[in-house]
Amino acid sequence: MKLKKKDKNKTALTVIFAIIAVVYLLPIFLVLMNSFKSNAAINLNPFAIPDGESFVGWANYIKGMTFGNYPFFKSVLYSVIITVMSVALILICTSMAAWYISRVGSTISKTVYFLCVFSMVVPFQMVMFTLSRTADSLGLNKPWTIPIIYLGFGAGLAVFMFVGFVKSIPLEIEEAAAIDGCGPVRTFFLVVLPMLKPTLISVGVLEIMWVWNDYLLPYLVLDRTEYMTIPIHIQYLKGSFGSVDLGATMALILLSIVPVIVFYLTCQKHIIKGVAAGAVKG
Amino acid sequence: MKIRKKSRDAAALNSWLVRRPIQRMVWLFLLPTFAAFCIGFLYPFLQGIYLSFCKFRLTSDAQWAGLSNYKTAFTDPSFLHAFWYTALFAVVSLLLINVLAFTVAYALTQKMRGANLFRTVFFMPNLIGGIVLGYIWSMIFDGILIRFNTSVVMETEYGFWGLIILLCWQQIGYMMIIYIAGLQAIPEDMMEAARIDGASSWDTLIHVTIPNMMPSFTICTFLSLTNGFKLYDQNLALTEGRPFIQEGGEIIKTTEMLALNIVNAFTSQATNRGVGQAKAVIFFVVVAAISLLQLNATRSKEVQQ
Repeated sequence: MKLKKKDKNKTALTVIFAIIAVVYLLPIFLVLMNSFKSNAAINLNPFAIPDGESFVGWANYIKGMTFGNYPFFKSVLYSVIITVMSVALILICTSMAAWYISRVGSTISKTVYFLCVFSMVVPFQMVMFTLSRTADSLGLNKPWTIPIIYLGFGAGLAVFMFVGFVKSIPLEIEEAAAIDGCGPVRTFFLVVLPMLKPTLISVGVLEIMWVWNDYLLPYLVLDRTEYMTIPIHIQYLKGSFGSVDLGATMALILLSIVPVIVFYLTCQKHIIKGVAAGAVKG
Repeated sequence: MKIRKKSRDAAALNSWLVRRPIQRMVWLFLLPTFAAFCIGFLYPFLQGIYLSFCKFRLTSDAQWAGLSNYKTAFTDPSFLHAFWYTALFAVVSLLLINVLAFTVAYALTQKMRGANLFRTVFFMPNLIGGIVLGYIWSMIFDGILIRFNTSVVMETEYGFWGLIILLCWQQIGYMMIIYIAGLQAIPEDMMEAARIDGASSWDTLIHVTIPNMMPSFTICTFLSLTNGFKLYDQNLALTEGRPFIQEGGEIIKTTEMLALNIVNAFTSQATNRGVGQAKAVIFFVVVAAISLLQLNATRSKEVQQ
């Protein structure tokens, strides 16, 4: 009798959560729906399901991709270039630095480590103006040079996470490699780096999410007339023709979330693990 | 004494065999990251502190001005408004997000059917960027409010609660993940002991589960507090500080938060960007203080256990 009641409660709970989950996904459905509706229909009622009258097919997508003086696919391209290059650079450089820091206990490495941890508590607004000036004067304001800025500003968290993990790797393995005649470069790339894989994934996920969604840093650093990323492009649409053409913007918003959702669904396990690992460090 | 210390250090940290060759290659291992760190953080940070004491428009025409920028910042009504607005926002969002996230996490760990699917769904909004989120929700809010002939940018309350709803949607899943990890780490025999002693599930929650979850609570509270304080993208995309009101000759952007206020101090034809930089330093001190508090709280909790 008691057991039955418990079972009933559980089913009720599942039903309630199913409803909440559907509501939770509604905003994304709304974007999907509205991206196929005419502008006037969205203004009239954004919650109505597209019907024969308001349905416009792929028109919004075609319009959105080509609208204005800056084509959207260029923003997508730059977003991809910046994210891939920055994350690759961060992973390689900071893992090497973290190995150096944890294996060489000199004053220099301790100081660098302390500075890295310190940089984690500094909000971006603190450095944004001076950083954009520095980047400008050093010519780091192009999509293929901005990864250096990302490496510099993002080094703190990455180094911190890598050092935490490298410390747990037994030294004997590296000693054995050294006795076998491995130099530091080969020891690092052939012995240490493969062992760092779980942390590489965690840090990689965090950095991908940061760089892909980042708005203010590229907005201030990049030369805006020539280079835009997806967030900059969407904010720019809102300022200019966003109020005029909701349909096209909805299409672009959908295009910008689809890669994120695909990425999430394919490596969900790693993402959740990486995010939880990053949170504990705070 | 000295020898003992040295040998302990050597055993804990360094093997001669490993250390020396690495140390010789400092230019390869450490230098690239450190050079980028200097460009991307250290130099801008130090220059930023220096410039907060200067009057300037461009970094090249800086003139020492002492504390006058700080005085201006602290008497700027828009900055003070942004400060209290942000504090209020951070506290309200902290409470709502954490209560809801813990409830969801608790329910999902009760061996419910489909728990993994729900977890996937609730976490998803976390991956969408702030600008896009702001845009999606402004469409939704305006779609509802237009029936009452108003809009999310017309009333301060709408902007406030709109941003709260947006942030809850984005961050409940994130905090939920941390709470789930905490709930799963509670030893099973402890729960069993409570059950054998005849504790109801409510008693178990209050006297066993929640006390064991304190580390997770500390992490999540501080995380949502700093997130609330540093919020920028969502604020910019949803209301951009609107509606504006006039108060004693000054324009107050009623839903403008700290980060946005600081950015605006740099962009809007400012004659003296030193004030913006001083605001940024104040902002940094507040955020750093919260982080230090968190460190302390986490440490003292660790000692207790």
